[in-house]
Amino acid sequence: MGCPIIEFVDVHKSFRNQKVLDGLNLRIPRSKTTVIIGRSGGGKSVTLKHMIGLMRPDLGQILVDGEDIAALDGEDLDRIRRRFGMLFQEGALFDSLTVADNVGFPLVEHTALGREEIRRRVSELLRTVGLPGVEEKMPAELSGGMRKRVGLARALILEPEIVLFDEPTSGLDPIMADAIDRLIRDTQAESGRTYVVISHDIRATFEIAHHIAMLYEGRIIAEGSPDEIRRNPNPILAQFLRGTADGPIQVQ
Amino acid sequence: MAARIEVEIPAGAAGEAVIHLAGDWTLGSGPPAGADALDSRLDGVARVGFSAAALGAWDSMLPVFLRALCRALAERGVVVDRSGLPEGAQRLLALADAVPARVGGRRDGAGQRFLERLGGDTLAFLATAGRMLAFLGDAVLALWALARGRARFRFRDFLAVVQEAGAEAFPIVSLISLLVGMILAFVGAVQLQLFGAELYVASLVGISMIRVMGAIMTGIIMAGRTGAAFAARLGTMQVNEEIDALRTLGISPMEFLVLPRLLALVLMLPLLCVYADVMGVLGGLLVAVGVLDISVAQYMAQTWASVRPQDLWIGLVHGVVFGVLVALAGCMHGMHCGRSASAVGDATTSAVVTGIVAIIVATAVITVVCNVLGV
Repeated sequence: MGCPIIEFVDVHKSFRNQKVLDGLNLRIPRSKTTVIIGRSGGGKSVTLKHMIGLMRPDLGQILVDGEDIAALDGEDLDRIRRRFGMLFQEGALFDSLTVADNVGFPLVEHTALGREEIRRRVSELLRTVGLPGVEEKMPAELSGGMRKRVGLARALILEPEIVLFDEPTSGLDPIMADAIDRLIRDTQAESGRTYVVISHDIRATFEIAHHIAMLYEGRIIAEGSPDEIRRNPNPILAQFLRGTADGPIQVQ
Repeated sequence: MAARIEVEIPAGAAGEAVIHLAGDWTLGSGPPAGADALDSRLDGVARVGFSAAALGAWDSMLPVFLRALCRALAERGVVVDRSGLPEGAQRLLALADAVPARVGGRRDGAGQRFLERLGGDTLAFLATAGRMLAFLGDAVLALWALARGRARFRFRDFLAVVQEAGAEAFPIVSLISLLVGMILAFVGAVQLQLFGAELYVASLVGISMIRVMGAIMTGIIMAGRTGAAFAARLGTMQVNEEIDALRTLGISPMEFLVLPRLLALVLMLPLLCVYADVMGVLGGLLVAVGVLDISVAQYMAQTWASVRPQDLWIGLVHGVVFGVLVALAGCMHGMHCGRSASAVGDATTSAVVTGIVAIIVATAVITVVCNVLGV
């Protein structure tokens, strides 16, 4: 796999008495799109939040280019976080700011660019995500799909090395979902950045992934290229890909 | 006919038994006869079937009893063949097995014991106190960062909160303080009239409003108005993952969201206190002039003569302390809000309750300290 950009080493995390990550080992390859699949509530979001330091492991290490972010704090952690962009499930736009202020927010906070330059970059990026001319709207006026695309623009505006996507297509109609998938694929191909996507949408996963990892009961039970994953005989993985309620995964 | 249960061991079939169910198995019919003897009769049996030929009417009592029986048998390694049961009972049993009982859904009849509850509540209280201290520590660190000019602090946000918490609170602060001043004057006048000392109403109203009451009333209004607004705002941002989004952008929500609110309230609360003092004295004046036949000049002169400068300072100290407490209570409950709509409601309620309790406790502490210092 070469040198992974993010590496989880034996990560444990529990909430109350519930084990969510149970000795997770995971390597995210550089400059590729990695999709982590798994059941809802199976710890995918938790895994993603550990990558960017929103959560801390009870045990274990999370290495970003060899640096353990679980041990970092304050400014050191912020320095690492600036290498990341994150698209949240519902977009997580600041609802008191306009779309343009939302997308431009990271530039205002982290760069010394002038107002004109920021406006130009924001408009350009909004065009890239297919939303020209919405600059002055408020987030509440946008549909779910538009909000996600604005969120994507905000995640990309600082040109981060790593972009995390928390269920980018959940809750969208199939056409919008496909549009977002294409956006993910195209922006990744163009920029060569590292993308990490969590999803339970099988079709989309095979469309955008270079590398797939299946998370089940707090561990990775299978990983590899899309072809390797398709050929993997693991019955749990097979049931998940088939998408049926019968099999080793019990519905509770 | 009452419910009966019998075990028959057919000759020739080693280790097999048939359980006969007879009579009406309803909740009103009492426990089944023969249930006590089941255990001993089923000793050494490896396979059990059922016969319901003589079964009359039945309700939920039957599946409840059978489920317990089947479990007990299964634990002993006995194979249970349910095919002899009525079809409805079979389906109910299958349903009961398919859906596991919700954990915590059942309440224990005895309830928690007093000591248990006391211990739990104490631990919960300590946890809250610990979180409060941690939050306070973070706030101090953020202030330190601001003092060094390294905090991400938007002056625009600060001004917005100043307007929201300060200017927009004028009407309600005016109304409440005026009325409190009038009430103090009325109640005081009744007592003072007994001694012919009506004029001292001015001292009573002046000292009590300026020294504590103005600050307490303003603090409580702010806890209900602004503290609740802070908690609801930050709580909603928590639900929308906006606070996480800020963190991922490398911005401390403490500096970006809490600091402007804290500073704005610390600035505005004492100012509102002074305004409330003025309104309270005005309320007292209205009563004195209208009801007690005291002239405006007399009243003002008496107020002027009895209120000392330190009363005003102590009032302002109250205001600053209340500003810190209300802002911290609101922001803390907002930031620690759960991720649901009802959690935002809970956070808002807690913010108001914590704010008001903190105000009263702080007043008591300040009063004692002032007493000890003799001011």
